[in-house]
Amino acid sequence: MSDQSAQAEIVRNSLKRRYRKERRFRLYGILAIFIALASLFILFADIIGKGHTGFVKTTITLEVVLDSELMYLDDPTDADQRSMADFSAPIIAALQEHFPEADSAGEKRELGRLIGTYAASEIRDLLIAKPDLLNSTQSIEFPAHDRVSVYVKHPDNSQYSIKLSEQQQRWVDELLEKGVIDTSFNDVLFSRGDSREPANAGVLGAIVGSLLTMLVTLAIAFPVGVAAAVYLEEFAPQNKITDFIEVNINNLAAVPSIIFGLLGLAVFIGLFGMPRSVPVLGGMVLALMTLPTIIISSRAAIKSVPPSIREAAEGIGASKMQVVLHHVVPLAMPGMLTGSIIGMAQALGETAPLLLIGMVAFIVDVPGGFLDSATVLPVQIYLWASSSEQGFVELASAAIMVLLTFMIIMNALAIWLRKRLERRW
Amino acid sequence: MNTMNPSIAAKANMQDQGAEIPVPADRPEDTIIEEGRTVGKPFVDDPKFKLRNVSVSYGSDRAIKDISLDIGRNEVISFIGPSGCGKSTFLRCLNRMNDSIDICRVEGQLLLDDEDVYHSKRDVVELRARVGMVFQKPNPFPKSIYDNVAYGPRIHGLANRKSDLDEIVENSLRKAGLWEEAKDRLDSVATGMSGGQQQRLCIARAIAVSPEVILMDEPCSALDPIATAKVEELISEMSESYTIVIVTHSMQQAARVSRRTAYFHLGHLVEVNETDKVFTSPEHQLTESYITGRFG
Amino acid sequence: MQTANLLPLVLVLAVVAYGLAYMRSRAVAAPLGGIRNLKALPVYYASRAALWCAIPALIVLAVWAGFEGKVIQGIVIATLPQDTWPESPGQASLILSQISNVAAGNLNPEFVPEHIAGAASVLEAMESQSENFKAALVLLVAVAGAGFAWTRVAPHINARLNVETTLRRIFFVCAALAVLTTAGIVFSVILETVRFFNRVPISEFLFSTSWSPQTALRADQVGSDGAFGVIPLFTGTLLISAIALLVAVPVGLLSAIYLSEYASKRVRSTAKPVMEMLAGIPTVVYGFFAALTVAPFIRDVAEMVGLQASSQSALAAGLVMGIMIVPFVSSLSDDVINAVPQTMRDGSLALGATQSETMKKVIFPAALPGIIGGILLAASRAIGETMIVVMAAGLAANLTANPLESVTTVTVQIATLLVGDQEFDSAKTLSAFALGMLLFLVTLLLNVIALKIVRKYREQYE
Repeated sequence: MSDQSAQAEIVRNSLKRRYRKERRFRLYGILAIFIALASLFILFADIIGKGHTGFVKTTITLEVVLDSELMYLDDPTDADQRSMADFSAPIIAALQEHFPEADSAGEKRELGRLIGTYAASEIRDLLIAKPDLLNSTQSIEFPAHDRVSVYVKHPDNSQYSIKLSEQQQRWVDELLEKGVIDTSFNDVLFSRGDSREPANAGVLGAIVGSLLTMLVTLAIAFPVGVAAAVYLEEFAPQNKITDFIEVNINNLAAVPSIIFGLLGLAVFIGLFGMPRSVPVLGGMVLALMTLPTIIISSRAAIKSVPPSIREAAEGIGASKMQVVLHHVVPLAMPGMLTGSIIGMAQALGETAPLLLIGMVAFIVDVPGGFLDSATVLPVQIYLWASSSEQGFVELASAAIMVLLTFMIIMNALAIWLRKRLERRW
Repeated sequence: MNTMNPSIAAKANMQDQGAEIPVPADRPEDTIIEEGRTVGKPFVDDPKFKLRNVSVSYGSDRAIKDISLDIGRNEVISFIGPSGCGKSTFLRCLNRMNDSIDICRVEGQLLLDDEDVYHSKRDVVELRARVGMVFQKPNPFPKSIYDNVAYGPRIHGLANRKSDLDEIVENSLRKAGLWEEAKDRLDSVATGMSGGQQQRLCIARAIAVSPEVILMDEPCSALDPIATAKVEELISEMSESYTIVIVTHSMQQAARVSRRTAYFHLGHLVEVNETDKVFTSPEHQLTESYITGRFG
Repeated sequence: MQTANLLPLVLVLAVVAYGLAYMRSRAVAAPLGGIRNLKALPVYYASRAALWCAIPALIVLAVWAGFEGKVIQGIVIATLPQDTWPESPGQASLILSQISNVAAGNLNPEFVPEHIAGAASVLEAMESQSENFKAALVLLVAVAGAGFAWTRVAPHINARLNVETTLRRIFFVCAALAVLTTAGIVFSVILETVRFFNRVPISEFLFSTSWSPQTALRADQVGSDGAFGVIPLFTGTLLISAIALLVAVPVGLLSAIYLSEYASKRVRSTAKPVMEMLAGIPTVVYGFFAALTVAPFIRDVAEMVGLQASSQSALAAGLVMGIMIVPFVSSLSDDVINAVPQTMRDGSLALGATQSETMKKVIFPAALPGIIGGILLAASRAIGETMIVVMAAGLAANLTANPLESVTTVTVQIATLLVGDQEFDSAKTLSAFALGMLLFLVTLLLNVIALKIVRKYREQYE
């Protein structure tokens, strides 16, 4: 038919143009994926680039003569004497050993500013612990001042500004050459709580706080979530109440997290008078936030248990509850656990609601219990990231790496669990 | 994407069915089906489709085994056989609808007007514009009736003006016998029509690009008897201007609409002949068993 | 005794009750010829005893612990001499914190007025009394419950039914907790919001174009009520969310299309989980990235081309937020695209359409309602996102559509108003709850609409 061959001709002629469009469309798709993956890569590269120096500390090791006259102190056990004593004098004296030419008051002050702010109290604590060290000579490793640390770790980085005077820079260069100033693995980061001084700040307090908070969240959200899922899947009658509950759960899953902070503030603190800043409170708020996730994934896990198993158990006279507790829940457990771990990982990274319930306070001590004031890792990151001290930026990045490590471990655990406990019906 | 599933399902289906087919006791299976040996008249002069030694495999499973067949110009040919015998798979090879299944491999020679269908330079889009297809389940797009029919002409750029397009739509709907029913509601959504109307719409949609061949994969299996009768009538009318290959489950339908009939069994083409010949005096034992209802 | 110690003690008691009831039921069964003559297995008698022991006790404990603080405070205030009674809730909380500081020994009683010191000793006494009463009552209830269960270990009583009914009720309560949470949210925002609207007219809140709650600090100054117009916050939120969606929708949608229609199985199985990693990264990390890397970068680039950009530009926050919701959009689109039946694809391909034509002209229009639902969900997420904007967007409530300027959002204001020391009952603090209410309502509305659209869409292809 001529119609057919004429049309075939038209189709043939249009092909080139259409394939060009096809290729362009495909290119857009590749571009979109590239943008997403590149963003992820840049994000990681940026954080590692900023943060790897957070795992390095700058120290100054000095031979300190704990001279009682220099410190105006003859009895370290006497609190009154201690409060009048000058514990920084021996440090400056020890530094002067290296630079005998610097003996004016101004130069001494400059020298003293090479050492971290808390160095004097370290000496004091040492003497309180071991009073007989008075008048002995000790080799002590001090954290360097933030400015020295920046100068040593980021000499050519435009994002950091060097705030040392030229003379101080010369001193630091010389001390570096002598090996007095050195860099090593930042064990402080993993053994201390927060501090005003970057060199003394660590994430241990935040890690313990996160751990305590997560324990509370898990203890509430997992059993309640599983029980709710079991009820909705197995026992709930088809009625308005059930519908209402389901609508509530679905909507809660999408409520902004900060709203849960308002809930915690108004109900838990305002109405029930719970203390602020404590892991119990944070854990409860996060548990309410995580519940919908756990319920939804647990329901999916229960749904995937084949009806044949239910029927088999019912067939030999098991009650509904026995069927559920003996068969359905154990079989659905891997799926429930996986969903819960993923929900917990979300809770671990959550920040906004915790800001409102006071877990944003500056807390130096590592929390020892569920009712101690605490902060958590993401909030610690927020605090450090908003701090004006330069040294906290790298600490925040390092803390991000620690946080991401925890999250990767949790997600890997979820994947492993799913693979490991996966059942084939 | 679900492209994996149909193939896997088809495979599973095939194995199930294979196990159920009873084999006459006096003839073991391997002696009754010989590869590439088809009884009847598989070849015609000046064919539209010339198919030689075609095999199709999914992974390591061969679904179609060494089939040779000619399909004549402007003829209606039916493929019949028990489900899972590979007739649909074979049909989908003719306009390369199997391409989207990664593990599907086609071997042998498939010539459309003496041009290789599976040639590496062959353009699928152009091929499908020439070899249209109507599916088992009516699958109108969730658009208006007009847009459904106009879809093909639009993507291929067959109409320069709106009036041309209107004409193509009207002609196609007329040919599909749907014009009278649809002319007053061209703008309403196609999914609101009845099953039979939807299927005729799909046929109109296929006709709108003026294909040379129309493949129909059990086009009436989802329709009621009255709608089926209408579609069959339509097929008979269309046979004047198109080559039609129809896969069907119903022997009556094959008998009513087609000039030739091909009987498939377990991936083999067992017998091809004039339709009345196949139904009145089949040459092969398996064909006879099938049409007399011993299995199917 | 403290709640923290009571809780494990009650649980220990429950275990003991379990053990005793278990032995008791076996003892009851023995003369009858074994446990088969009991109506239920011993574990059910034992479980029932444990439940009877623990649940009433825990309820009493929860109620007491929940309200003792408030009750004691009320009593302490009531013991104050009448002329020193607080006139406002703010004053009350001030006095109470003074009293509790004295009671805790943080404040020397000699430095405070006599009535405060007196109240402090009342408080101390009340607190220790409350502790003792609470412990006694809880333990009493626990023992009584277990004792009751003990008497009910009898062969003719079907303990299994009791246990199962109780368990089912517990399960129901767990499920209903979601309703309770919603109620709690509504309660917590509504109360304070109503109080807020008593001070600031609702019309000013909704229609005024200026926001500066900080001025409320200087209560003694003229015209010091502050400005509480939510419009600049809302436009700021919309600006940042719009930028985020402009990034997330095309990138998420196109990558979902590519991965589901074009990519080979191997590419799909690697690219998909890697993209989902974007969804797992905590928002504070994105905030850090936006504030310390993207924002300075944008400012530098803008300067290079001669534009003025704030170092807390809306663009930086929006871009990073967009990246964050890419996996959200892409997984939702992936779902709806896959829900379009394969026959639709086949129908189009069989007419000779290319894959992109099939996608653009058949699949996409068919999936559109579902995709729109997904975009609404993404929008609600962008509007409610807090950390990125807290760290990367500013505090200044500028009414602008320029993405290079700094804007503030509803969530930023909630966070800033409520972090740190709050003055109780000031319009400033209360306004945070009004903003919370607004945020809750808007996101709720978006979610309800989106879920409805998506559900309708799913039903269409089922």
